[in-house]
Amino acid sequence: MPANFMPSAAEYFRFAPEIILTIVGTLVMILEAMTGDRDKSSLGYVSLLGLAAAMAAAVAANNDPGLAFQSMIIVDGFATFFRVLVLGVGMLTILVSTNYLSEAKANSGDFYALILFSVVGQSLMACANELIMIFIGIEISSIASYILAGYLRDDRRNNESALKYFLMGSFATAFLLYGVAWIYGLTGSTNLGEIRTVLSHGTAPTAMVGISAALMLVGLAFKVSAAPFQVWAPDVYQGSSAPISAFMSAGPKAAAFAVMVRVFYTSFDSISNQWEPVFWIMSLATMVIGNFAALQQRNIKRMLAYSSIAHAGYVMVAVTSHSAVGTAAVMFYLASYCLMNIGAFAVVTWMARDGEKFVEVDDFSGLAQKQPFVTAILTVLILSLVGVPLTGGFFGKFLVFKAAIDSHLMWLAILGLLNSAVAAYYYLRVLVVMYFREPGASTVNLPPVAGTLRVAMLVTTLGTIALGIFPGLILGFATQSSTLGK
Amino acid sequence: MNLLDITLILPLAAFALVLFLSGDAAKKAAIGFALIIFLVSLGLLGPTLAAPAAMNFESNVAWIDSPAIRYHTGIDGVSIWLILLTTLLTPISMLISWNYIKERVPQFYAYLLLLEFGLIGVFMSLDLFLFYVFWEVCLVPMFLLIGIYGHDRRIYAAVKFFLYTMAGSVLMLVAIVYIYGKAGGTFDYIQILAKLHNGQLHFEPAEQMWLFLAFFIAFAIKVPLFPLHTWLPDAHVEAPTAGSVMLAALMLKMGTYGILRFCLPMFPQAAYNARIPIITLAIIGIIYGALVALVQPNMKKLVAYSSVSHLGFVVLGLFTFDQAGVDGAVYQMIAHGVSTGALFMLVGFLYERNHSLEIKDYGGVATCAPYLSTVFLITTLASVGMPLLNNFVGEFLVLQGAARVNIWWAVFAGLGVILSACYMLWLYQRAFFGPVSHEVEHHVTDLTSREWVTLIPMIALMVWMGIYTQTFLPSISASNTHMLGQVQSKEIANAR
Repeated sequence: MPANFMPSAAEYFRFAPEIILTIVGTLVMILEAMTGDRDKSSLGYVSLLGLAAAMAAAVAANNDPGLAFQSMIIVDGFATFFRVLVLGVGMLTILVSTNYLSEAKANSGDFYALILFSVVGQSLMACANELIMIFIGIEISSIASYILAGYLRDDRRNNESALKYFLMGSFATAFLLYGVAWIYGLTGSTNLGEIRTVLSHGTAPTAMVGISAALMLVGLAFKVSAAPFQVWAPDVYQGSSAPISAFMSAGPKAAAFAVMVRVFYTSFDSISNQWEPVFWIMSLATMVIGNFAALQQRNIKRMLAYSSIAHAGYVMVAVTSHSAVGTAAVMFYLASYCLMNIGAFAVVTWMARDGEKFVEVDDFSGLAQKQPFVTAILTVLILSLVGVPLTGGFFGKFLVFKAAIDSHLMWLAILGLLNSAVAAYYYLRVLVVMYFREPGASTVNLPPVAGTLRVAMLVTTLGTIALGIFPGLILGFATQSSTLGK
Repeated sequence: MNLLDITLILPLAAFALVLFLSGDAAKKAAIGFALIIFLVSLGLLGPTLAAPAAMNFESNVAWIDSPAIRYHTGIDGVSIWLILLTTLLTPISMLISWNYIKERVPQFYAYLLLLEFGLIGVFMSLDLFLFYVFWEVCLVPMFLLIGIYGHDRRIYAAVKFFLYTMAGSVLMLVAIVYIYGKAGGTFDYIQILAKLHNGQLHFEPAEQMWLFLAFFIAFAIKVPLFPLHTWLPDAHVEAPTAGSVMLAALMLKMGTYGILRFCLPMFPQAAYNARIPIITLAIIGIIYGALVALVQPNMKKLVAYSSVSHLGFVVLGLFTFDQAGVDGAVYQMIAHGVSTGALFMLVGFLYERNHSLEIKDYGGVATCAPYLSTVFLITTLASVGMPLLNNFVGEFLVLQGAARVNIWWAVFAGLGVILSACYMLWLYQRAFFGPVSHEVEHHVTDLTSREWVTLIPMIALMVWMGIYTQTFLPSISASNTHMLGQVQSKEIANAR
């Protein structure tokens, strides 16, 4: 234990994104109280600025990577990648939300502050190097998302969704915490690196280490909605407001995957022969359950929820491959997944309108004739979700299954890719109704595509295409950072 | 950037442009572009024919550094003809849709251009990853063409088409990625072949068989080889005429081209070992396709099943591993593109006039539309393999190649030629001769000048390819000799 407990300036600098976000979040809450009944969109812009500043700080922090606060925090390429990712998700969510909130007459600073706090938690998860820190990050992120899920408090579905998310979520985090307690008992540390060192000696009882890893996996699998802990996701995504579903399906998931990779690749590296088979089965089950259940869905939010479960399964395939290539694939996949999923939910947000009346797949009938712009956007995003070349989704899938094949997980790769052919069926249904059906009641009086929402749609779509054509944009960085600062 | 790259990029640029135009302007611009692309692509012919065994107009630049994916393209004496067929049939498909497509016009022409882009890309890719990209790119515009502009059951047909192809191609992707790892981190086809030759890369027999099958199933679905053909009749019948033409003339060739370009050279031993079951399936396809065509009451379905039969010849020819057989297969690929393309066009013209595809709704067309009937007859004769017309050359060479290896293959495949005469001539008899009904007399007028413009090149090609094979065959032969030289390993030679 070093004698000097005072952190150095460099350490604060490494923690700057979280500090900035917390300050801006608090500021937004104060401003909310001060602005009274006036339009709160400006608070959204303040939050956007805060997120942008935090992103700049995160990028700057990467110039001086290292540990901070008694090695509770680690700043490396991996952490920076996920920090920037969750910050970007936060920005896109705000762009998608402003208009929706104004229409629902629920535009208030609290909403933006909650988004900021949730992102603080996720950012912390991305750079945590210590189990308690991870737990704190997850809790900060989750508590804010529980409230966000029920943000429209007069809406019954919102309430149901929030309660379900809260009960199940806290239960799952309890498992995680229990696992942390076990591992502390076994190794005498909560630091990921120290746990790794102790476990690699092989003196700790293997069965008990396995159990504690399993307990932590339960908590993390819940957060990424991996089978068999995925049951909550469709109900929660369907019940929450569309912009919040976009947020929940992207940010928390990406951060939880970051934690999963870091914990299992660092601390539990030496017992990988124990967890790899478990991951193998879980990833396959997640893909199969997600895709086959999505086939049955009529509600587009529910369909996207199941599809996001399936996508978690693909990412799990990359995690299972347990290699640097796999880590890079996880990173790339999650980046493209966040873009295409938020984009798709942005279109759903635009389509749903007051009280989310139009959220059936069939409500998109004939959209190609009524709104070519949005149709083109959704077409690109859906093709990316299917995994058609020249989109980020395809390249992500390619990297994931390449990682699996490189690690000799041939059957997992084959079954996973066949799964993605199944998935094509339900995604195609969206294209089918948009292009091949005649317009119905739902496409009468389509609203204009509002400014910020349009920006979100364009950013996600162009980003998806850019990742498909020039994957090197982030793949190089992902590959460099894939070794993790152990 | 050479002429080939320009030929590839132009359709994409035109696609983007046409999407932003409206109505007639879009139509005219699209046709203009398609004609320019055709003229540009003609420039590829001379240099390629001068050295047909080598890769001409090669481009080889890095697209993505890691994993190493290269934009490596080039054409030899086989791919040049497929590219020219693509650039020729695209403007023709547009012209025949001039009056037929009335709604969502700009998109229709834009999708055709996107399809052209994908097809040209498929036929020029020399990087496995690049090939896969273009392979999938072709899927989307055809899906939309069938689904938006097709007939009653178009949605079912479009989705079935997409899913069949997708399911096949994911296995190919697994194989491509596997080869990448095994070949020391390259998708480059030329390098992979070189490494296979100098022994740096070697596939164990079982491994080779799995890889071969992963590629072959993807291609066999596209060809389509019996029993994977069930998507084809649906897609053809429901597609608009232009879609059927592109599908039959070009997209089916993606499958046979893939077998020729990738399956045979990369996995020669596996391909050779698997030839008996594959040829059996091909012969079943030839006879089955012909028998089903015989009993079709629907003209378009009849032509679709005749494609199953004709493509069986191509697969048979490819797996003879004989110079004549493979040459014939390639010749048949192009010939079938011309004659079946023309058949679909003519059936489409009849549909535009009488709004029916049922043979029973016609009869006596020869009386009221003599020119149309004559052109139909020439095309019919070409399709049944009449000497001096294009299909005869391909079928003859395939049968010759098959007979050299095993006479019984030629005997059974020969049945298909006889049956094709039965179903085509019977169709002709029922639709064009006999008493003319009031309906037909009223509606079926003779060819318009625009239709003539689209048909003349097709007829000319049928005759040219039938009479003067010297234009086409030497370059095809040279490419195939080169390919077979790579394929015939010691083991295969010993097995003979």
